[in-house]
Amino acid sequence: MAWTWFHRLASPPYVYGVAGRLSPWFAWPAVLLILGGLYGGLVLAPPDYQQGDGFRIIYVHAPSAWMSLMVYTTMAGAAAIGLVWRMKVAHAAAAACAPIGASFTFAALVTGALWGEPMWGTYWQWDPRLTSELILFFLYLGYMGLRAGIEDPQRADRASALLAVVGVINVPIIHYSVTWWNSLHQAPSVMRLGKPSISLTMLLPLLAMLLGFTLLFIALLLVRLRAEVLLRERSSSWTREALLT
Amino acid sequence: MSHGDVEVAALTPPIVARSSATSALGAAALALERDLLLAFRHPSQLVQPLAFFAMVTLLFPLALSPEPARLREVAPGVLWTAALLASLLALEFLFRDDAHDGTLEQYALSGQSLTTLLFAKIAAHWVLTGVPLTLMAPLAALSLGASPSALPGIFAAVLIGSVTLSLIGSIGAALTLGIKRSGALLSLLTLPLALPVLIFGARATQLAMSGGPVVAPLELLGALAVLGTTLAPLAAAAAVRISLE
Amino acid sequence: MREFLDMGGYAAYVWPSYVVTIGVIVVNVIWARRSLARARQLVRRRAAGEAS
Repeated sequence: MAWTWFHRLASPPYVYGVAGRLSPWFAWPAVLLILGGLYGGLVLAPPDYQQGDGFRIIYVHAPSAWMSLMVYTTMAGAAAIGLVWRMKVAHAAAAACAPIGASFTFAALVTGALWGEPMWGTYWQWDPRLTSELILFFLYLGYMGLRAGIEDPQRADRASALLAVVGVINVPIIHYSVTWWNSLHQAPSVMRLGKPSISLTMLLPLLAMLLGFTLLFIALLLVRLRAEVLLRERSSSWTREALLT
Repeated sequence: MSHGDVEVAALTPPIVARSSATSALGAAALALERDLLLAFRHPSQLVQPLAFFAMVTLLFPLALSPEPARLREVAPGVLWTAALLASLLALEFLFRDDAHDGTLEQYALSGQSLTTLLFAKIAAHWVLTGVPLTLMAPLAALSLGASPSALPGIFAAVLIGSVTLSLIGSIGAALTLGIKRSGALLSLLTLPLALPVLIFGARATQLAMSGGPVVAPLELLGALAVLGTTLAPLAAAAAVRISLE
Repeated sequence: MREFLDMGGYAAYVWPSYVVTIGVIVVNVIWARRSLARARQLVRRRAAGEAS
């Protein structure tokens, strides 16, 4: 009995309907939180004692970086469910994740570079976090490239799902090796973006942004999931009934 | 049809016919033997990646400067980048011919574990590309100014690292089966996963050349090889099955 | 206001960061809505094609 919700999630018409009803409940709070976070981050938070107003980049960089990892994990999880239970909806969700994740990884890279220039004196520092982010970007590109390269949609689903699972096993190994590599080559003069003691007016906008981005991701995922499900099910009769009634 | 193709066809049936009666290990040994025999009849496939490796290591003295001190500094990076690219070049041959002539399908249907059979294929690929690369790497290192005392460390690093490169590469090669002109996609999928090998391998080479203790990076390379041995054939087998669906 | 826009001398880094991130958010929202609209259109067109 406890598993009926799981079985219902495997049904495309059910998911299409539920996703449509749920998405506004995530989208509007996300908008409010992000707007609040932007105001708090740009106006209310005091300048950092060391980095001045330059530290305000954290309010867009950290949520983007968080998003890039969270989306990849979600994508791999959905992909694994799709592989194990041969669930079409899970494959659709994984496919919907990739462009969202790739675009926020791009934002994390750009904002990281823009933060690097005033803090390190160079736009690109081979810092472990930025380097890992760049590798993650390539993992997303590979996933989308593989999906685009295979013509048969079901084979594309399963092959890219396998790649996502292989990738998520590798992400910690890559991150560890990059950190290890960086610790060997760290130039001593470089100023580290350490963890300074952070005051509440600085922290709250950051939390609002992190939560807002998370809700935004869920809302985007639900909308994209509906599109993917419709496309995959375009020849079955329920899609017509759902749209014409 | 060339002379070689006739012999491929002649070689295929006995393995499949005998495999139902033999143990998994016996079937794997037959697959390994077959791949080695076939490769020795097309020596150009063996020589090309090696020649590529030698060419790339030649490019650097020409592009930078013939000054030994400078070459010695970049040698580890040059060696490992060249080795990574050479092994990538060789990957295209890993499954391609066997997918074309139906051998992979026969393997999948043979009743033997596809994982074991693919492991044998990967082992054959390593013997044909990794081992020659390992023999060649010390020579290349000498030409880049390494002292003879550094050679055992470099030899060991390339020996262990190339195992992992073959294993990781097999996943990408299996995933891109059936995609036309998959070369660029194959590199995009494989290179991010191979980065830890590059990092630890270059570090081991660097330590060997400066007379430091090479054990730690060699152990890390060994750990990657063990992890790859356990997981990569499984993933490759799953990918081959997806491509046959 | 000018002080705010100046961002303590970091304007050249802070504002582009915010623009890029907000741009990515907006693009994502447009993308998602458009992909749903396209999928709907496709299904409608197929339904119309079969009815006629």
